Amino acid sequence: MLATKEFEDIEEKVLRGERLTREDGVRLFHCHDLAWLGALADHVRQEKCGDIVYYNVNCHVNLTNVCTSRCKFCAFGRDAEDKGAYAMSKEQAISLVREAMQDPDMGGLHVVSGLHPTWTFEHYLGILQALHDTFPQLYIKGFTGVEITHFSKISGLSVREVLTKLKAAGLKAIAGGGAEILSDRVRGELCPKKATADEWLNVARTAHELGIPTNASMLYGQIETLEERVDHLLKLRALQDETHGFQTFICFPFLPKNTELGKTVKQTSMWDDLRTMAISRLMLDNFRNIKAYWVMLTVPVAQVALNFGANDIDGTIHKETILHDAGATSPRSLSEDTIIRIIKEAGRTPALCDCNFNIIRTID
Amino acid sequence: MAENNPTDLPASVLAHMGTGREHPQAKVRSAAVLEARRKAESGDRLTKEDALALYEDNDLLFLAKCARAAKERKSGKNVYYTVNRHINLTNICSSNCPLCAFQVEQGDKRGYVMEHDDIARVLEQAKATRNLTEIHIVSALHPDKPLDYYVDVVKQVRKALPKADVKAFTPVEIVNFAKTSGMTIREVLQVLQEAGLDSLPGGGAEILSDRVRQIICPKKATTAEWLETMRTAHELGIRTNCSMMYGHIETIEERIDHLLLLRGLQDETGGFQAFMLFPFHPAHTKLGEEHHLQRVGSWEDMKMLALSRLVLDNVDHFKAFWIMLTMPIAQLALGFGADDLDGTIGEEKIIHAAGAKTNTGITRSTLKKIIRETGYVPVERDTFYRAIPDQDDEKEVQG
Repeated sequence: MLATKEFEDIEEKVLRGERLTREDGVRLFHCHDLAWLGALADHVRQEKCGDIVYYNVNCHVNLTNVCTSRCKFCAFGRDAEDKGAYAMSKEQAISLVREAMQDPDMGGLHVVSGLHPTWTFEHYLGILQALHDTFPQLYIKGFTGVEITHFSKISGLSVREVLTKLKAAGLKAIAGGGAEILSDRVRGELCPKKATADEWLNVARTAHELGIPTNASMLYGQIETLEERVDHLLKLRALQDETHGFQTFICFPFLPKNTELGKTVKQTSMWDDLRTMAISRLMLDNFRNIKAYWVMLTVPVAQVALNFGANDIDGTIHKETILHDAGATSPRSLSEDTIIRIIKEAGRTPALCDCNFNIIRTID
Repeated sequence: MAENNPTDLPASVLAHMGTGREHPQAKVRSAAVLEARRKAESGDRLTKEDALALYEDNDLLFLAKCARAAKERKSGKNVYYTVNRHINLTNICSSNCPLCAFQVEQGDKRGYVMEHDDIARVLEQAKATRNLTEIHIVSALHPDKPLDYYVDVVKQVRKALPKADVKAFTPVEIVNFAKTSGMTIREVLQVLQEAGLDSLPGGGAEILSDRVRQIICPKKATTAEWLETMRTAHELGIRTNCSMMYGHIETIEERIDHLLLLRGLQDETGGFQAFMLFPFHPAHTKLGEEHHLQRVGSWEDMKMLALSRLVLDNVDHFKAFWIMLTMPIAQLALGFGADDLDGTIGEEKIIHAAGAKTNTGITRSTLKKIIRETGYVPVERDTFYRAIPDQDDEKEVQG
């Protein structure tokens, strides 16, 4: 293809379809040839899933921003008495979704929320049940490994029992957030109150065993080392070998604005965003889908990321809240036309899919 | 790797989670595309057909690889930046181009003209800037200001900042000076050169096609006038830049023809120092409104950059003008053939009037950090790409 001598061995491995090692991953993070990294990741993407880029028409529902965890990288969480704190009632959640339902293609909900100090598991469960009962046609993806672990702790139920109840109430898939960096050193510094690396992985494993697909993610550009990024990817890869239950992987660059950590850490560059995307594609050889989440990456980066291993650009997103609190400069939602234009300009085929990657229609 | 399935995933889910290589098809390319790719890879000169074939082929990372190699043949690992100051003398313009969001008509209360004292104040600030090497002056075509006004501005800058290079007036302005003064382009350039003008900026080229210019800027310099000004400047020993503004109503073929016109002139004179791409910002412009234009995506920006780097094989430097591109995209451009991030620019009004969201100034240490992250070596330069010895990062310039 085009490797400089230094990285020829890695290129050959990738072209042979051979698995990359931890050492390979770390070396790739020291490669300056961004276009080569992209081309290698793009080759893998092409082989795995062709030229289709998935998008969906979805609605984010963030039930509350009141949170006991108060992670240092988060601008969304608040104490109950803080200005701007909110907690939606069942009716408010339904009315938000009803508004979003005006779009005839509305396919699914993405329900992710704070760890509310007084809400019981039954309360969350009740809202889920109500959303499912009111909108039975919507595919509900909700709750991260962090929320599930929290539910288990506050209810005294096992993770398996919590997941079983959520599934019965209409949950179809688990969101990929909360993985941050699966290192207890990093978590100890940034988010000591929430699920540990093992707890997060255990939720994913248990969900997969119960037939609930999940997503995976990585929050990078905070205090982690490059080695810790690679180790994070390897943990996800190892679990995927066991279960094959991860649907898509999402890279989240840390957005510093309005966060505690943002006082000392600056935002990642587009350069870092794209190489991290490409290296993730290369390391996660057993993941089919890699998402360029435009809300965090911004639309221009997400578009170029389609050439760095991504085959999924998330969705139209009706009213994103969590990341906009952290100063995300991208719009709160995109029209379907805009998403189609972005994908087509990149020479790829847009496909509207449901939240399960079933194609509803492709746009030629 | 293990292939055991999870216990209970529904078939509909599994169908979309394959880990095998499901789409092994390779892209089928025509002989013309293959030939163009071969030339791009080996650094051979591209024809119009080659360039169009590469555009259609839409293999962004292939173009990036070739463009990066082309960049490294010209400037090695160097990436340049400069400490400069922009002055926009007036926004009152008789040209009234549909593409522009900066100009206002005479009598408009947003209109301004900088007179001697206003300029003196800016120059005082500029004097305090460490290692300021260039004053960049680009303005509207004021209906009443005579050539003498501009000559005096050049003299004033020259006197206040004898060490700084004066890069001023696009060919569009020069052609306008010729018309208002009754002098030839050559005479205008000579008068300005005597007053202390060092080089011309590359703006106003837009798309060098009179079909396009009729629509986007009907009253200003034609293709022939723009090129003649550049040729004359080069003959007089005045180096210039060149540019292209794309993403409005031009065709892809017109973009390539534009690049070939520049390449042709460069073959003759060798007077172009750097090329810049300006993606069209449609916000607040008549052109954007009338033609319902949207800003082209970052994909198109990177593709045009790489392709231009390959076509303009005789131009040494490519600027990623971060004010227009935003800094993240400008940094990315360094992987697609650009070798210059332009400057720590003081105050820029023209593009911000069109809705550019970038900061209006940036510091030296930030620029250096951005360059180093790409694996390239930051080199501070003057207008003529002469390196300026490295300074410590501690004392910051005031943007």
